[in-house]
Amino acid sequence: MSGPAAPPSVAPVPAVPTNALVEYLLRLGDDRLVLGHRVSEWCGHGPILEEDIALSNVSLDLLGQATMLLRLAGDAEGRGRNEDALAYFREVVEFRNCQLVELPKGDFAFTIARQFLFDVYAVVMLDALTGSIHGELAAIAAKSLKEAKYHVRHSGEWMLRLGDGTDESHRRVQKAIDDLWRFTGELFAPDDVDRAMQAAGIGPDLAALRPTWESLVRDVVSRATLTIPNDLPRVASTRGGRTGSHTEYLGHMLAEMQIIARSHPGATW
Amino acid sequence: MVAQAVRATREALLSVLDRVMDPEVPVLSVRELGIVRDVEVDPTGSVTVTVTPTYSGCPAIRVIEQDIVAALEQAGYPGARVRTTYAPAWTTDWIAPEAKAKLKAYGIAPPGRAESGELVQLFRRRATAQCPYCDSYETELRSEFGSTACKSVCWCRACRQPFEEFKAI
Repeated sequence: MSGPAAPPSVAPVPAVPTNALVEYLLRLGDDRLVLGHRVSEWCGHGPILEEDIALSNVSLDLLGQATMLLRLAGDAEGRGRNEDALAYFREVVEFRNCQLVELPKGDFAFTIARQFLFDVYAVVMLDALTGSIHGELAAIAAKSLKEAKYHVRHSGEWMLRLGDGTDESHRRVQKAIDDLWRFTGELFAPDDVDRAMQAAGIGPDLAALRPTWESLVRDVVSRATLTIPNDLPRVASTRGGRTGSHTEYLGHMLAEMQIIARSHPGATW
Repeated sequence: MVAQAVRATREALLSVLDRVMDPEVPVLSVRELGIVRDVEVDPTGSVTVTVTPTYSGCPAIRVIEQDIVAALEQAGYPGARVRTTYAPAWTTDWIAPEAKAKLKAYGIAPPGRAESGELVQLFRRRATAQCPYCDSYETELRSEFGSTACKSVCWCRACRQPFEEFKAI
């Protein structure tokens, strides 16, 4: 950023959807909205009551974080869209979440492995964002970080139980890691939006966070007697969820998530 | 005659807020929980209450805001505004010892000190919760998550009863 150091939260922002700050906030918010919805699919279907309750609680925290971030995105955009408008009235190509979070919930091992990979990403990313010069984003990050640390304790302990548990639990969670690993490349592949945010002091150097994330992940994975696939993921940063290219699964999820709001626009209860 | 709104003082407003109870933990006021961060009266007499949510997705926060506005209106301060802040992030370390005693008497083990620690810290380091029924420390954590966002579930091996613990965050 050049010129006098006005806080970016009050600096004039071009009212276009391609604005880097808006894009950046949508990425952060959509990750949590989409994963929160996916995790909520366990409500009433958990393998044991405690996990039903735990996953519903994690989902609630994620949706709360999404609410704060999407509200901030709507404010930054300046076109009068609030968090509900952004959640319920955007099309699939307008969503900016990573593909990792939109995959179907799978079995319990898949849900836990995905949650663990995301939770570690969340604590590393949120910890970095607490140093953002964007005051409101830093505050949301500090608040969300407390919750994310709580989440990663839950998902990390489950990685140990499943990996070092029975033959079947080990097999299932190992398959989940194998299937999920290629989706983690996108998390640390910076593009122009990330570089603009880094240059402005709003966001961290995304690529530099990867070694921290990977060592935290590998520590738990090896303690769980599991392995990480050798071939590192290769993702073209311009063709992932961050720019609106999604797997076939997101559209189906959104259809279900958005139908009530679209069938009854403006309804209150 | 329409009664003129009472000229607000900070002390008077705070004492009204002392009587607004948390809807999910009704033995503690929204001040005791640390949800109310500030109260301001501007020169025209209009009142702004600053609140911070406990958890990002706490479904009770909207009800709490409505309860605050309603309680102030009933006490003669209509039209109060509620402002939300996220910084500093809410922590259970703001709950004072007297309020923790009320939680225990209500049957909820009060929170220990919030752990800041490493980014990924598996398994709790601190001591087990004290059973609010029989005071035993022979307890175990059954679930990190409970019936509301702010509670976890424990089991007392001494009196063989489950109990809730306020999550330390």
